[in-house]
Amino acid sequence: MKYETVIGLEVHVELATKSKIFCSCSAHSYGAEPNAHVCPACCGMPGMLPVVNKRVVDYGMKAGMMLNCHINRTTTFDKKSYYYPDLPAAYQTTQWFAPVAVNGLVEIETSKGKKSIRIKQIHMEEDAGKLVHDIREDTTHVDFNRTSVPLIEIVSQPDLSSAEEVEAYLDRLKNLLRYAKVAECEMAHGTMRCDVNLSVRPEGSDKLGVRTEMKNMNSIEAIKRAIEYETARHIDAIEHNTEVLVQETRRWDDIKGKSFAMRSKETAGDYRYFPDPNVMPVVIDDEWFNSIKASLPEFPEVKRARYINEIGLSEYDADQLIKSIAICECFESAYAECGSAKDSANWLLSECMNILNSRQMSYDMLDVDGKALGKLIKLVSEGKVGRANGKKILADMFDNRDIDPETYAKENGYIVSNDTSLIEKVAKEAIASNPRAVNDFKSGKEKAIMALFGACMKQLKGNCDPNTLKEILIAEINKI
Amino acid sequence: MKKYTVKTQTQSTAKFVADDMILTKDIPTCAGSKMLDGYVSLFEAEVLTRLADKGYGLAGKTDVGEFSIDLLGETSYNGAIIEDGVLKNATASVIKDGEVDFAITLDVNGSVRRAAAQDGLVSIKPTYGTVSRFGTIPVVCSGETVSVMAKTADLCKEALSAIAGHDDKDGTSLPQSEIDKTKTEKEIRKVAVLSSMLKGVDGKVSEKLNNVCEILRKNGIEVTEIDDSVIALSSAYWAVLMSAECCNNVSKYDGVKYGYRAQNFMGIDELYTNSRTEAFGFLLKSTILLGSETLSTANYVKIYDKALRMRRVIVEEFAKIFASYDVVLMPACSAFAYGEEDMKNTYKAYEENFYTAPASITGLPAVVVGGVQFVGNAFSENSMLSLAAIIEKEGK
Repeated sequence: MKYETVIGLEVHVELATKSKIFCSCSAHSYGAEPNAHVCPACCGMPGMLPVVNKRVVDYGMKAGMMLNCHINRTTTFDKKSYYYPDLPAAYQTTQWFAPVAVNGLVEIETSKGKKSIRIKQIHMEEDAGKLVHDIREDTTHVDFNRTSVPLIEIVSQPDLSSAEEVEAYLDRLKNLLRYAKVAECEMAHGTMRCDVNLSVRPEGSDKLGVRTEMKNMNSIEAIKRAIEYETARHIDAIEHNTEVLVQETRRWDDIKGKSFAMRSKETAGDYRYFPDPNVMPVVIDDEWFNSIKASLPEFPEVKRARYINEIGLSEYDADQLIKSIAICECFESAYAECGSAKDSANWLLSECMNILNSRQMSYDMLDVDGKALGKLIKLVSEGKVGRANGKKILADMFDNRDIDPETYAKENGYIVSNDTSLIEKVAKEAIASNPRAVNDFKSGKEKAIMALFGACMKQLKGNCDPNTLKEILIAEINKI
Repeated sequence: MKKYTVKTQTQSTAKFVADDMILTKDIPTCAGSKMLDGYVSLFEAEVLTRLADKGYGLAGKTDVGEFSIDLLGETSYNGAIIEDGVLKNATASVIKDGEVDFAITLDVNGSVRRAAAQDGLVSIKPTYGTVSRFGTIPVVCSGETVSVMAKTADLCKEALSAIAGHDDKDGTSLPQSEIDKTKTEKEIRKVAVLSSMLKGVDGKVSEKLNNVCEILRKNGIEVTEIDDSVIALSSAYWAVLMSAECCNNVSKYDGVKYGYRAQNFMGIDELYTNSRTEAFGFLLKSTILLGSETLSTANYVKIYDKALRMRRVIVEEFAKIFASYDVVLMPACSAFAYGEEDMKNTYKAYEENFYTAPASITGLPAVVVGGVQFVGNAFSENSMLSLAAIIEKEGK
């Protein structure tokens, strides 16, 4: 029998707000000293009251709009009671009864074509702290830096059916949320985490199979492996009665490549949700709603169409650029500055990418001033700076956003010289010390001139118009 | 007699005490619970900051029952205060003895109002949201209110005006424009006595009620007995909300981070269990059990959600009454003295909530004076305290 996998995802995304959801502590503690960003409120000490960070609601709404959700104009916060050492208040403030956004739709594209994934809801909540286990001392330490960092949980309907679709869906979420600048969505940093709900059923059946949940997956590769493993396990159980499937939470062990039962539904805790009396319902009026609506970025598809139809980029270039909002923004301001879309796209997709790759940085980490890049492109295309020197300047611009390419080129001797007497002098020297190349050229091997050309360029530190140099070289050889 | 009062130096002439639900930076705040034995807060309650700014001196702290959910304070881990076989409240005793001018208390479950009624003091529980709860030990966040207790209505008025006002640190704090409404005084002409709320009171309490009605009539105020079946249901629904929120709020006390920790335990789970077992008292444990039961998935819709809806119904019922009457008169307690028998009954507080729950569940202001309780419309604090001043004067 043929089977199909039915997958629903719960994706937790850390919002990129400056401060935490209910207090003014910094929400950015990745790599910080443990417990450096804590206060009595996020430590759950008695007497502190939550005051909702309006920016969190802004971002929650924005995320909802990016995923085509309906925004609940009255959204409420609720208490989810559970006891765990990393949760100092013994309850998490989340949204259970009226989440900020519901009924969304996200389009993904895989090798099988396009597909729409329905979003059940997006709710805002606070993160828990972190337990750090010290194996040497056999103790556990608690780090509350992450408590009350704002999260949104994006709950999909069970519309996904393969690891490939899951990857495409997660990429799409990441792309859209980064476009809206509400989240970093970096799984390696824990700013995007994923619970996978999976069941298997005979193909074409409309009845769902027994569902298992794998919690806190934090890499796409692990998710893909886990989905494949769980699918096989479920099919084995159905076909060969290897085990009885039960609705349960499982832990994925990526090293062993296996999932293990954590707790079944029967023993699962009762979260005793109830409306948080300390947080008044948040009412989103038209003015607020419209201001968020107006702040939405141009969607990737719209950008792509504009790049192709209005700016005249190739489909390939447009597809590459829209992968990252950081690249798009840099491209757009570089283009505005230098006036050449093709040059701007080339510089970004080849030169900038090379530098990012060599530094093992992702597209989204591009941090170059687009206007300055435009100026640099102009300097090179006008022949004021050689291309090789242009690349050197660009690499330096990655380290220092304040570099003005023209000033920098002047200060560092990267300006092309128009002094033909100097070029002639260098050309003569090169010809004198490379008789073989000269002979080869003379006997018809046109490419041989490149050796001379390269030697001259090196001597001139690249500050020479290539056409002028070529002309002078040929003229000098012909003189012999 | 045990009176738990920590003295601090003060230069001001106007002195006050705060009960042990109000957090202080320099004095331990234990909420009457062994669980918070020796707990010193990192920050001060907003009400105390406001009073200090206005020159009022905190003379000390007074004991409360465990998380202030009991009858009068008898469940404090410091023990009950009993005088001549009669249960006494620490805060009311300090006021009665004239040691300070007024007391700031957290009215969680009515004990403050019962104490004021029994000791012939005046107390005001203002409209929910007019006084900041920042820095008060959270127990029943949807209903508890910082209150004032004093010998006279004028002192209550003075203290209330010093602490009322919007606070950004409390998300339930009302806008200043709303709170300012308490300043407008409206003469009270019509008082409604709810016959359904007179159930269970002893002879002395009904005598006090009659006295007050007489004083009111003498001053040209119309007193009408009306029948109402909804408001008398308040305590049942309040018990649901109160126990659920209490359970949720005390679950963070685990013996690990602060407060009491059991001496003997094997492993972390036993540390939690033993600390809680040893530190929490019987009434609190019962309330925790009741609260976790009412909030369970199986009961949420059946019980908790219904109680939330009934809270709305009760608020609306009061609104109907306030369309025709200025305030409602009802008892604050069934008797003016609780004895040994009452102390043996763990659930006596739940029973006595019959009289205090209507104002707790609705967040409406309540004034206790002359042994009785007035529940008024939102923001009618000053009007009710002016009425209280008349009763005070006539009652002497």
